[in-house]
Amino acid sequence: MKQFIGKRAIASAVSLVGLVILVFFLSRLTGDPTDLYLPIDASQEMRDQFRELNGFNDPLIVQFGRYVADLARLDFGQSIREARPAIDVVLQGFSWTLSLAAITMTLVTIAAIVIGSLAAFNVGGVFDRITTFFSLIGASAPDFWIAIVAIVIFAVNLHWLPTSGTGTPWHWVLPVAVLFIRPFGLILQVVRGSMITALSSPYVKTAKAKGVRSRPIIFVHGLRNGMLPVITVIGDQAAGILNGAVVVETIFGFPGIGKLMIDSILQRDFAVVLAAIMVSALAIFIMNLLIDLAYALLDPRIRY
Amino acid sequence: MTETLKSAGEPPKGRLTTFLKLLWADKFAFFAAVFLLIVVLCAVFGPLLLETLATKQNLRGRNAAPFDLEAGWAMILGADALGRPLLPRIVVAAQNTIFVAAGAVFFSMLIGTALGLIAGYSRGRAAQMIPRLGDVIMSFPSLLLAVIVLYILEPSVVNIVIVLAITRIPIYLRTARAEVLEVRERMFVQAAKVMGASDRRIVFRHILPVVLPTLLTIATLDFAFVMLAESSLSFLGIGIQAPDITWGLMVSQGRPYLTNAWWLSFWPGLAIILTTLSLNLLSNWMRIALDPTQRWRLEMGGRKNG
Repeated sequence: MKQFIGKRAIASAVSLVGLVILVFFLSRLTGDPTDLYLPIDASQEMRDQFRELNGFNDPLIVQFGRYVADLARLDFGQSIREARPAIDVVLQGFSWTLSLAAITMTLVTIAAIVIGSLAAFNVGGVFDRITTFFSLIGASAPDFWIAIVAIVIFAVNLHWLPTSGTGTPWHWVLPVAVLFIRPFGLILQVVRGSMITALSSPYVKTAKAKGVRSRPIIFVHGLRNGMLPVITVIGDQAAGILNGAVVVETIFGFPGIGKLMIDSILQRDFAVVLAAIMVSALAIFIMNLLIDLAYALLDPRIRY
Repeated sequence: MTETLKSAGEPPKGRLTTFLKLLWADKFAFFAAVFLLIVVLCAVFGPLLLETLATKQNLRGRNAAPFDLEAGWAMILGADALGRPLLPRIVVAAQNTIFVAAGAVFFSMLIGTALGLIAGYSRGRAAQMIPRLGDVIMSFPSLLLAVIVLYILEPSVVNIVIVLAITRIPIYLRTARAEVLEVRERMFVQAAKVMGASDRRIVFRHILPVVLPTLLTIATLDFAFVMLAESSLSFLGIGIQAPDITWGLMVSQGRPYLTNAWWLSFWPGLAIILTTLSLNLLSNWMRIALDPTQRWRLEMGGRKNG
């Protein structure tokens, strides 16, 4: 078990180092952020001072060496945009995205498992056809389009919900609902497929023949064995929700890590971009590890 | 059972007619295929025929409402903020939208499959190194990676195709490798080996044909994913740049007028949804039609008493 975690950690660390090196040098190629942060009529002295202060005067390789040395002391550098440690800015944004992702994935998981299992119990029935149709649409719809259509309907025309920002619980409804749709459609399909297999297995037939009621059959006998492929997809989607978060957070003005990254890239706030990459990669690593543990928990035959 | 006996007795027909029959058996897939055909025709011929119409500005027709037949057929879906008719614009934008996705899917499938075949078939160091490459790409959200790279490399059609292709390589790599590992052990491959077939012949003549249907099904599904990704990038402003147009960019161009002219964003979004939905339906059909053990479901023509 320990060996397994160690192996995975090394593999992830190697890819993370590669990514950080790549982004560090590529982002420096986009040019000097000095012009973006100083007023147009700033004197040459001010420009030189700004460059000196942020270390943009040294050769790239020296800058990189300094960055790595700082990293070793857990110093992720300063955010130019907010004039405070980059890691603080990133963690603040990350906590928003984490809440958003956690709420969405909890709702998605519960809804997809319950509805998918019920659909699988009566394959080809009316309920099954309706859910299949809607999950296909959900998996096909562009999230940014759904987001702006939802804003027009619920915020602009009906005035039920705010258009963007944070503050009240009502602000969370639209972002969560939009993020919900795609993973829900995909996971529902997998739950349905894997439950159809599980429910046609001999032990379920035995349970039926012995007169067990249908609800325990679906949710106790079928579900536990149908869960394994579902967990994999849930994990993939939970990591992929960061993709959706970029779009959804931008549209709804939600101060999460997706919006933070877009803003930081556009403003060449390099330290924040790098810190955000490292934090999200760590989050995805932990996520994948939890999925592997859940596997072992659900299926006693799996050992690491 | 009579059905199978009868069809066995009929003379064998061409492959194409068999396939069209299988397609007709699934009505959803049939209409999806027809719709996709129309979209592809728009993508190929649209700009040639409608380019001038789609870029003609008409300030009197700014944000003209849809379903107004007096303004002519081009205005049936309304007009955008510069009075350019939306229907021809959507037809013209199909080209960039479809070609970017097609390019990305083609290259990722080509490279991913090649790497997957090598990783699955060879037993050397490559077999261990190549899957790691996939893990590296998969370890980070693809959209964020694309955002970073595109911002640095300047967004252009070629760069977008490259970025999207790279982020999708692991899908084909993993599938191809997993399938090859299984097929490699089957009897007919062993037999070919015993008969002295070269490695290249075994891979291309014996293994690839077995693996290809699965990869094609995945590619159809992935086409939808790549299209959505390109649309998101264009929507965020780091994909295709104006004056070029894609459906995603059109949605984003309509965003400022959301409150008084919903049709600007609605129609191009609907075009995206219908195309991806069709791809999903077609991929579902392919999964059954390309699998010899499942094909009977379609050959029965939906009749229950089969």
